[in-house]
Amino acid sequence: MSRSREIAVLSGMLLAVAVIGGAGFAMAQSSKLPAKPPGKDAAAKTAPAQTAAAPAAAAAPAKMPFGIGREAKPEEIAGWDIDVRPDGQGLPPGKGTARKGEDLFVTQCAACHGEFGESTGRWPVLAGGAGTLASHDPVKTIGSYWPYASTVIDYVRRAMPFGNAQSLEGDDLYSIVAYLLYLNDVITDQDQEISDKSFPTVKLSNEANFFDDDREVSEKAFWKKEPCMTNCAAGAPKVLGRARAIDVTPEDGKGPRVE
Amino acid sequence: MLNKNRDHDAGLSRRSLLGKSLALGGAAALGTGTAAVAAEPGNPQNLPPNVPEWSKTLGDGVAVRAYGKPSKHEANVIRRDVEWLTASRESSVSFTPLHELDGIITPNGLCFERHHSGIAELDPNDYRLMIHGLVDKPLMFTLQDLERFPRTNRIYFAECAANSGMEWRGAQMNACQFTHGMIHNVMYTGVPLRVLLEEAGVKTNAKWLLLEGADSAAMTRSLPLQKALDDCLIAFRMNGERLRPENGYPVRICVPGWEANMWVKWLRRIEVGDQPWHHREETSKYTDLLENGKARRFTYVMDAKSVITNPSPQAPLRHKKGFTVISGIAWSGRGKIARVDVSLDGGRNWRTARLDGPVLDKSMARFYAEFDWNGQELFLQSRAIDETGYVQPTKDELRKVRGVNSVYHNNGIQTWRVSPEGEVENVEIA
Repeated sequence: MSRSREIAVLSGMLLAVAVIGGAGFAMAQSSKLPAKPPGKDAAAKTAPAQTAAAPAAAAAPAKMPFGIGREAKPEEIAGWDIDVRPDGQGLPPGKGTARKGEDLFVTQCAACHGEFGESTGRWPVLAGGAGTLASHDPVKTIGSYWPYASTVIDYVRRAMPFGNAQSLEGDDLYSIVAYLLYLNDVITDQDQEISDKSFPTVKLSNEANFFDDDREVSEKAFWKKEPCMTNCAAGAPKVLGRARAIDVTPEDGKGPRVE
Repeated sequence: MLNKNRDHDAGLSRRSLLGKSLALGGAAALGTGTAAVAAEPGNPQNLPPNVPEWSKTLGDGVAVRAYGKPSKHEANVIRRDVEWLTASRESSVSFTPLHELDGIITPNGLCFERHHSGIAELDPNDYRLMIHGLVDKPLMFTLQDLERFPRTNRIYFAECAANSGMEWRGAQMNACQFTHGMIHNVMYTGVPLRVLLEEAGVKTNAKWLLLEGADSAAMTRSLPLQKALDDCLIAFRMNGERLRPENGYPVRICVPGWEANMWVKWLRRIEVGDQPWHHREETSKYTDLLENGKARRFTYVMDAKSVITNPSPQAPLRHKKGFTVISGIAWSGRGKIARVDVSLDGGRNWRTARLDGPVLDKSMARFYAEFDWNGQELFLQSRAIDETGYVQPTKDELRKVRGVNSVYHNNGIQTWRVSPEGEVENVEIA
């Protein structure tokens, strides 16, 4: 039995208990379902819980699942399922080169991101920034920071161009991504073709510099038994910096008008 | 001064009177008892022995205000944004006016906004939620379908991972609204995600979910299955009414205690998989760069945090000396708030504040600390402690571990300097 089935069975039994109690009571009981504490899949495996619920389940066979909703059709899923993973799952068919992508990028992307991904105004910088991550002013771009090339094709496909999302596909999509990889020196040959077949082999340089959240270990000192309550520092407080001096806070009257 | 236009109509209020006396008489005059008496607010025509207009005439009848709005005298209580912060208004943020609120529930119209492609306007009849991937049966739900499942009500905070992010390098925003206002606390009604996953039948090799929004950012995040089965909620109501469009109408997901970026709005699709997707919002964004150039990823939990909302830069002290109420909020993504301490002298000495109202799991809690102000300069701080024993650190303690380039997850202790005149400013102290 799959884990989900075990969970389903337990929930069904709880529901069955509720149904016996009458319609009004059933709602109250079933609404308690989500209040179960974490680790309910573990709880589902413990014998006592099953035993306790078993008689009720036997008396009134649970109608589980609820039978709400309908099956999603393959063509419906295909229409909305646009995600791409680092291992290549989800890559759409297509192929392209940086040379072909340059023209597309200039017409569709450069107004915000600059012709070479350097950006205009406050829009995101897409290229450059190598070696800046440990500096005072890190420049986090596809080349300097992003761990996976798959994220580029996924994000461009789902959300770009800003204001005209999901308009890029096939060879155009691959060509623009190839141009972005070229701008970031991931690809050095403008005519190198990338495709849904070759894409999973494209590696970015910063992948190894990400690690999973370790706060409970690296910041263990913040779990203090009893924090200081009196005479915790010597002398009077000395002001080191004040927001007022920077003066970038919007003021009343400059906010949106409320009619 | 942030509050200078507060009383834009309806006669003179206490604050505007004070402002005028400040301008005319200078700060020194305010220190005297006579100035304080002269500052009693109000239009004399509306004060006893006179009888004001509203005591003599009829007001609006019922349903004239079919969907009620706050008093016109509260027109200042609004979300605000910081134009220089982002390149566009559609991928940007507005801030909750925390200094104008009390208790723990954020009114729907004041909940901070964070969109990546503007507010998607969905027709509820055209709403669909798809669940597919590693499931026994891929499913499609309408809004009406979702409302047929057993429902639950929960109060949770949603805090943007970038809340207080402008303060990493020092005091920058001189307003509680902008230092801490990327948070709201709302009662959600919805269906546990677990119930929907049971309906589809999750396969044994499933470990992760992909959540995707229906807006043109098609916002995606990878969610560990364990969290999905624990306490995530597919929500269709906030504070009793339908979600506001800016908060995901008609359906968003609540991921209690975790950074609000994961609370995908206009939720259209959940894919079940065996590994994370490493999408843009969990690689380029919402990863925390440390001083050595390495970056933490999947920093989901919002750690224990607190802030004194009153007094604060937008809400100065105007009563001079005497009995004074400090009011603030505390919250933790790791559970319930166990205690809040307050300091008047920049962390030299602490007193334990009074928690008042419901103290719930992964929800805001309200605290108060009353004291007799002698009119001296104050350095106000609050320090939250949650039920896991986590103690809210100082900003310097955080910087020692992380540097100043993390952008996200700044839960350091906030200091407000209160001047003898009662003005309040955002400062960093040693």
